Amino acid sequence: MNHKRPDLQTAVELVEVDAVARAVRRFGDRYLREVFTEHEISCCGRRGGPLSALQLAARFAAKEATLKLLGPAAGRPGWRSVEVVRLPTGACQLRLRGAAARLALQRGLGPFTVSLTSEAGLAAAVVTCGSAPGTEQPRTMRSSDQ
Amino acid sequence: MREQIRAVIEQHARLSVPIEAVDDHTDLFQAGMTSHASVSLMLALEEAFGVEFPEAMIRKATFQSVAAIEQALLELGGVPA
Repeated sequence: MNHKRPDLQTAVELVEVDAVARAVRRFGDRYLREVFTEHEISCCGRRGGPLSALQLAARFAAKEATLKLLGPAAGRPGWRSVEVVRLPTGACQLRLRGAAARLALQRGLGPFTVSLTSEAGLAAAVVTCGSAPGTEQPRTMRSSDQ
Repeated sequence: MREQIRAVIEQHARLSVPIEAVDDHTDLFQAGMTSHASVSLMLALEEAFGVEFPEAMIRKATFQSVAAIEQALLELGGVPA
């Protein structure tokens, strides 16, 4: 039997909530449709009410942390190819589509888990994923990649 | 064109250094631009130059410096709106 355990990769990202609020005010739908899916937008606001910049910021952090793990060397998957899905229980999970899903498959990464939090005007996401031994690994991220 | 690019950068990139300290090849990410700020910068450049960045061009290298942005805008046929 093969008892090799997959390696665990982790990425963390912080996003300033005010920066997201400013982008929503300044660019409106163009910003929202560039970055977030319909599901994410629907999860970040009460029906007919304003969107929560805090919840949007947490989702942006999750997308960026996931892209760090995917480590695209050339073309970067679009923001919407990483989606934070809110389950009926209130828990969140990640869904990868398109280029992000292909990159994860190519690199043997998955499954992905996500945890969102916020404090003092900052939203954060921690994303982890397994990586099967012997598969292509993402490039090492430098501080300048943040 | 570069001066107009610099004006958009000053307003939207949220650099940690004054725009006067940014030359044509300064790495904007090293100068404090976050990934999120790069989204705002891209949207502002689209408005200012009447272009739309295709998905294939939406990567860090496109928005890494004034010179890189200028090259991308020229490829897209951008002119100040």
